[in-house]
Amino acid sequence: MALPTYADPLERAWHYAYLAICTMIFVFLIAPIIVIIPLSFNAEPFFTFTRKMLTLDPQGYSLRWYDALLTVGMQTPDAPRDGSWWSDLWQNAAWVQAARNSVIIGLGATVLSTGLGTLAALGLSRPEMPYRRLIMAVLISPMIVPVIIVATGMFFFFSNPCVMLGVECGRLTSSYAGVVLAHAVLGVPFVIITVTATLSGFDQSLIRAASSLGARPPTIFFNVILPLILPGVISGGLFAFITSFDEVVAVMFIAGPDQQTIPRQMWNGIREQISPTILAVATILVALSIALLTTIELLRRRSDRLRGVTGR
Amino acid sequence: MADLTATAVPLSLDRREGVPLRVALMRAQSRARRRAFLLVLPLLLFIVITFMIPIAQMLQRSVYNDGFSQTSPHLAEWFAANPAGTEPDETAFAALAADLVLMNQNRLAGAAGTRINYLAPGSRSLFTAAARGADGLKPPYKAALLAEDSAWGDPLIWTAMREAASPWTSDFYLIGLDARRSADGGIERAAETNRVYLPLYMRTFVLSGLITGICLLLAFPIAHLLATLPLARANLLMILVLLPFWTSLLVRTTSWIVLLQGQGVFNGLLVASGVIDDANRLELIYNQIGTIIVMVHILLPFMVLPIYSVMRVIPPSYARAARSLGATSWTTFRRVYLPQTLPGIGAGVLLVFILAVGYYITPALVGGAEGQLFSNQIQFHMSKSNWSQAAALSSMLLVGVLLLYWLYDRLVGIDKLKFG
Repeated sequence: MALPTYADPLERAWHYAYLAICTMIFVFLIAPIIVIIPLSFNAEPFFTFTRKMLTLDPQGYSLRWYDALLTVGMQTPDAPRDGSWWSDLWQNAAWVQAARNSVIIGLGATVLSTGLGTLAALGLSRPEMPYRRLIMAVLISPMIVPVIIVATGMFFFFSNPCVMLGVECGRLTSSYAGVVLAHAVLGVPFVIITVTATLSGFDQSLIRAASSLGARPPTIFFNVILPLILPGVISGGLFAFITSFDEVVAVMFIAGPDQQTIPRQMWNGIREQISPTILAVATILVALSIALLTTIELLRRRSDRLRGVTGR
Repeated sequence: MADLTATAVPLSLDRREGVPLRVALMRAQSRARRRAFLLVLPLLLFIVITFMIPIAQMLQRSVYNDGFSQTSPHLAEWFAANPAGTEPDETAFAALAADLVLMNQNRLAGAAGTRINYLAPGSRSLFTAAARGADGLKPPYKAALLAEDSAWGDPLIWTAMREAASPWTSDFYLIGLDARRSADGGIERAAETNRVYLPLYMRTFVLSGLITGICLLLAFPIAHLLATLPLARANLLMILVLLPFWTSLLVRTTSWIVLLQGQGVFNGLLVASGVIDDANRLELIYNQIGTIIVMVHILLPFMVLPIYSVMRVIPPSYARAARSLGATSWTTFRRVYLPQTLPGIGAGVLLVFILAVGYYITPALVGGAEGQLFSNQIQFHMSKSNWSQAAALSSMLLVGVLLLYWLYDRLVGIDKLKFG
């Protein structure tokens, strides 16, 4: 944004003030995420930069919190690090368990919400779709309704899912299935929004062209539609995954002790005595979100290219 | 020629395979509608079953609570026969004694007492104690029960029992609206010191409004900068907005705790630079300020993205035209630029406000006592197993949120919602 040549001194001053303000806002946005990264390598159990850290003394930094992160919950954390130590880690370490649960639940919820969501987005983007606005409002509502209300409702419902039919049929609370279902619901709006946005640039006449050439609906879907909307579907899936991966309230209500996820563990860590171990987890999660953001950005560019939007 | 026309099938342009075209078109259209709907149906069913039914079921608990009524058939009969405000006589106490025996047999005195306790605080032990000795009660019951505990004569207890003798009740909404039943069965406002929920409801909306306002103030300049920079550089800066958006909520909350706490980075910086001295470190977290700062940070991307997408398509020539016609830069901004950004501002403001009103995690972690929002109160009642109250508060919050959602759909349109 260049300053126009006709700007008077006051406008110039304002322009630089404006740039300064913008810089401060960007710092506000990004600083909290950056600050925890060096702090997670702190050799001392403090949440501030020590003198040694500021002078870049290697002794001020250590990996002790990452080490502590791994060994929480292990039976013999101090044993020599041989095969049995690693299997102990895989079996018992609290954060490893949590990571495993997060991935299992996240993948389950992603598959469910992306599958159903993509199908629904295909229907919603057809011009003939009846009651589009109402149905869209219903499908987006899990994002709008406060999560505490959703989680409370599911807690009761999952305790006895067949109560409406007047029979008992076990329970979904304290089970992977329950948490996966809950997270799938919470991920649906993101899939719908992302995939319908991709489909809005989709040329519907391609479908008619394919069927006039004799293709059956499944062929049309897999050979014509899917390749074109795949970037949107994948980014919708990533949204659904990160929603599940970051969700804590539904886990609190629905999951049992065997389904504790990373955010749930973090929640405990923050509520009780916050220790630098949490910063190590946070740093790993920031790295993960950078990876995800990069993927999304690459997908967006690919999608723009496919749709013929060059933009630059 | 004459022969040909006689033998040919009558050719008609308004029929297809013998069906009038209009009918054929309508059939084809309804088939297409059905197909489109069938694609949506699986997800719609999924959402209805695992999302809408659970919430409806939960909300039913706000008007249905059988904690007392399941063991009070005799009292229910007496209440039905005698209008509100009747002085409880010997038959009333006999019914009470019979129900106390029932409670004792079924070990439900605690549940019954808890239900009455919501309306008349401190009365739970009255029921558990009386139920234990219920089998030994002898007529005249009124004298016997009053001798045991004079609280049985309290008209408030009797109003509460009258209300609770039916499982369907509006009590929990009354409590949620800071009202209560008076001894004569009317409705009055709760004592000044007991008014909790309406002030909290107001505070939730005021704080959300404040957070939305701050978000708008911060989002507008950077959205404008992003929209006016060349696309390549804008995309680069956009990462600074999107990275927080993609970073875990708990990670961001943790970082803010680390930054803002008494011994944290921000206070350390201020002390080291001599702005404040070591004894007077600022309290920026575990209070209302903490809730506001962290929620602004978390919700800011939801404000930037819609405003940015609107600003991006505003032609810069309009502003240049205004300037060339003699408008000052302030007039140009106010009369030409700002009105064109209103759709984005509306979308961002409503979305951020809706999300803020229902926030739970951040206030719970950094809000301390005064930074709690309405959702936290719902969780409080859930943790105390006071499900009906949690449900009543949930429906109060839900009404507010759904109204805003409806407004969003009217003004912005749900299909306009986008990320990035």
